[in-house]
Amino acid sequence: MEANEGEWGERVIVEREHFPCLLTSLQARGYQVVGPTVREQAIVYDTLNSVEDLPIGYADEQDGGSYRLKKREDAALFGYAVGPHSWKQLLHPPVLRLWSAQRDGNHVQLAPEEDHPPKWAFLGVRSCELHAMAIQDRVFLHTAFIDPVYQARRAEVCIIAVNCGQAGGTCFCVSMQTGPRAHSGFDLALTEVVEPSRHFFLVERGSPLGAELLQEIPHRPASEKEIAQAEQVVAETAAHMGRTMDTTEIKDLLYRHARHPRWDDVASRCLTCGNCTMVCPTCFCTTVHDTTDVTGEHAERWRTWDSCFTLDFSSLVGGSVRTSSRSRYRQWMTHKLASWIDQFGTSGCVGCGRCITWCPVGIDITEEVSAIRASETATQESGGER
Amino acid sequence: MTQTLTPILAAHPFFHGFDARTLDLVAGCARNVQFEREHYLFHEGEAANAFYLIRSGKVALETSAAPHRPVIIETIEPNEVLGWSWLFPPYRWHFTARAIEPVHALLLDGACLRAKGEADHDLGYELVRRAAQILMQRLQATRLQLLDMYYVDTD
Amino acid sequence: MTPILADPMLPRLYRLQRVHQEIPHTFTLELAPEDGEAIPPFHLGQFNMLSVFGVGEIPLSISGNPAKPQHLVHTIRAVGSVSRALQRFKKGEVLGVRGPFGSHWPLEQATGKDLIIAAGGLGLAPLRSVMYQVIAERARYGKVIMLYGTRTPADILYRRELERWRGHLDLEVSVTVDRAPDDWRGSVGVVTRLIARASFDPARAMAFVCGPEIMMRFTASSLTACGVAEDQIYLSLERNMKCALGFCGHCQYREYFVCRDGPIFPYGSIRELLREEEI
Repeated sequence: MEANEGEWGERVIVEREHFPCLLTSLQARGYQVVGPTVREQAIVYDTLNSVEDLPIGYADEQDGGSYRLKKREDAALFGYAVGPHSWKQLLHPPVLRLWSAQRDGNHVQLAPEEDHPPKWAFLGVRSCELHAMAIQDRVFLHTAFIDPVYQARRAEVCIIAVNCGQAGGTCFCVSMQTGPRAHSGFDLALTEVVEPSRHFFLVERGSPLGAELLQEIPHRPASEKEIAQAEQVVAETAAHMGRTMDTTEIKDLLYRHARHPRWDDVASRCLTCGNCTMVCPTCFCTTVHDTTDVTGEHAERWRTWDSCFTLDFSSLVGGSVRTSSRSRYRQWMTHKLASWIDQFGTSGCVGCGRCITWCPVGIDITEEVSAIRASETATQESGGER
Repeated sequence: MTQTLTPILAAHPFFHGFDARTLDLVAGCARNVQFEREHYLFHEGEAANAFYLIRSGKVALETSAAPHRPVIIETIEPNEVLGWSWLFPPYRWHFTARAIEPVHALLLDGACLRAKGEADHDLGYELVRRAAQILMQRLQATRLQLLDMYYVDTD
Repeated sequence: MTPILADPMLPRLYRLQRVHQEIPHTFTLELAPEDGEAIPPFHLGQFNMLSVFGVGEIPLSISGNPAKPQHLVHTIRAVGSVSRALQRFKKGEVLGVRGPFGSHWPLEQATGKDLIIAAGGLGLAPLRSVMYQVIAERARYGKVIMLYGTRTPADILYRRELERWRGHLDLEVSVTVDRAPDDWRGSVGVVTRLIARASFDPARAMAFVCGPEIMMRFTASSLTACGVAEDQIYLSLERNMKCALGFCGHCQYREYFVCRDGPIFPYGSIRELLREEEI
C-alpha cells in the first residue's frame, strides 16, 4: 500500500460524472465502502451504497466545543473537514469479545474468538487520518506483541484518500506535519477541484490495487494546469488552518512542567468526560472485563475502549494514582504530545482538531501548549526563575 | 578512669571527628554502664539526665498503651545513640527504655554535658549539631513508621 | 485468513496443586499446567496475569524457585474480587495464566558484588525467588544481605524461611517491624534504619528493592546516601494492568509501560518521577 514515487505517482483526472465508477469498482470487488455521510447533523463514517450517500454540498464549521453543518454553494463531495468519527472504530473496535470459556465441573474449555470483519474500503481518508493509522500501527504492530485483530483488519483495508480542500476550524495538521496532503499509505488519493464550469478529481495511484481500480474508471493523464489547480486547492487549505501548535522541543517542555499552574487552570474547566479520548484517532486505551452467566458455567472476556480520564483508570489496591482532574488532564496531554514520542518515536497528535471541537467546554490543546510555552518565555524575558 | 573511656568514645560514630582534647573533656562526663536483659534504662516521666551511646545489645523504646500491652516503637542498636530529653527542660523522659538483649553502653551525664557545652561553645555547638542531625534522621524514620505504609485494607 | 483472535490475551489453563496459608489474608498457590507441558521459564521479578474465569484477571509476581520449574508459585494477598476468588480455590480447580511478562532483576550483573535485597511487606514475595537463586549459586556474589521490614511481627511473611536463611553463615538477614508488642525481641523501626546497620561496600554493591512505593523511594534514597550508585539499585513498580502487553495503556508511568519497560526499573531512570505526585 506504500506509494512509490515515479511509477505510482503519475496523476490522472477523473471527471465528477465518472466518480460513481469508483464505488462500483470497489463494490464489484466485494468491498463494503465506508465513508462520510450526514447523520444527526454531523458527518460520520458509515456504509455508503452510492455517491448520493456522501455529504454532497456540505461544509462544516468547527470551533472549540462547537460543530455545525452548513450548505455550500457548490456540490463538492468532500467539502468539509473531519467529524466525530475516525477510522479507529473499525480498525480498533470499541467492543470486542476476546474469548469465551465453558466450565464443566473442574474442566474448562477455552474458545478463542474469530474475527470476521467485512472487506472494507475506506473512502475519504484524510492525511491526518493516514498518519493516525500509521501511529496506531506503531502501537499494535511494531512492539513485542501484536494485536491480531488490528493486524488483520488493517491489512485488508483498501484506502481511498482525499486531500483536504477545506481547512477545518480546529485543524492544525500543518503544525503537526501530517497534512493536508497525503503522501503515502493509500491505494488512491484524490484531490477534488470544484469550479463553476468544471468538477473533477486529480487522482494519484498509491498501490497496485489503486492502479487496478483506476482501470475501471474513465480517466486521462492530468495536464500541468490541472495539477497546478489541485496543488492550489491543497495550498489554500494549508494556509487556512484553524489552529497552530509550536512543537519545538515539546517533549522536554511538557516533561519539565509537570507542576505548572496551567494544569490547575485547565482542571477548573475539564469535566473529565473523556470525549477527547473517544474522538481522538490515535487514543488506543482499552479495558477488559469478564462476564459470566447465572450458572457460572459460561464466562467471557470482553475488551472495550477506555479513557485515561476515568477515575479508576489508574486504580491500584488502596486507591487510584491519578485522582485529581488536574493529573488526568495532564496525563492525557503529556502522553499525546510528549511521552508518545519516547514510546513510539512520533507525536501521538495528528492535528485533526477533534478534541477541540468535541470538548463540551472547548478546551483547546493548542492553547494549553501555548500558555505553558508563553510562561517560559515570559520568565526568560523577566530574568526570573519560575 | 576517664582516660580509658576516651578511646571508647572515639570509636562511637557519634563522636567521629572530635579531636583528642575535646574527647577527653567529654569523657569526663562519661561512665560505662550495662543492663541485663529485661532491665529498664529509664521510665517515661523520670528525670532525664543521660545520653547513652549503645555499644552492644538492644534497647526497646516503648510506651504504655493501656488497655493494651505496651507497644515497642523503636529499638536502638549498637553504634546508635539514645536520649534527647537531657538537652532541653523539663529534662524528663518521654518514653520507657528496656534492654531486650544485654546492653553495654557509655552513659554521658546530661548536666555535665550541658555545663561543658555552656563553657565551651564550640563543643556545645558541635554536640547540638550532631544531635540535631540524628534527630532529623529519626524524625524522618518515625514519619515513615507513622505512615503505616504496609497497611492494606483487606475488608 | 482468519486470525486466532487475542492470542496473547488467551490464557493457558493451570490447575491448583497446593495452597499454603501465610500471614493473615495472604496465601501461596502452587500451580501446574493442565496440558502437562512445561511451564515457561521466568526471570526474577517477572509477573503473570492470573485469570479466574468469570471474575477477572490480575497481575501477580512470581515467587517460586527458578530451579524448580515443575510448579508455578504465587503468593497472593486477598484484597479484591479476583484475589478473594483465588483465596477460595480448592485443590484441582482450574484458572488461567498468561505470561511471564516484564523486565527482571539483573542478578546476572551482580557477580562479584555485594548484594542487598531489601523487601517491605508483601514485596518479599518476588524477592524470595532472588534469594533462592542466590543461595543456589552463593559463590558468585560477595556479601549477601537481606533487609526486611513489615508492619508488626504477625505480618512477617515467610517467617520460617527467613529464620532458616538467617542460619546460613554466609547470609545476613535483618528483619524489622514498624511496631511490636512488648514481647518482641527483634528490631523495631522503619526498614531504612537497617541499611546503616548493614556492612557492605557501596562501591561494589547492587540492590534489589521491592515493597510499597514509598518504602522503595526512601530505601533507594538511603542507599544512594550511603554511596550505592543509582544505576545499581533496582525497584519493582506496580500499576494497574489490564493486558500486560503494552496495549491497554493502563500501566503507564509517564513514558514507561510498567508491564513492558518494568516492573523492574533502575532507580536512576525513575528517581525524578518517583518524586512527582499523581504520575
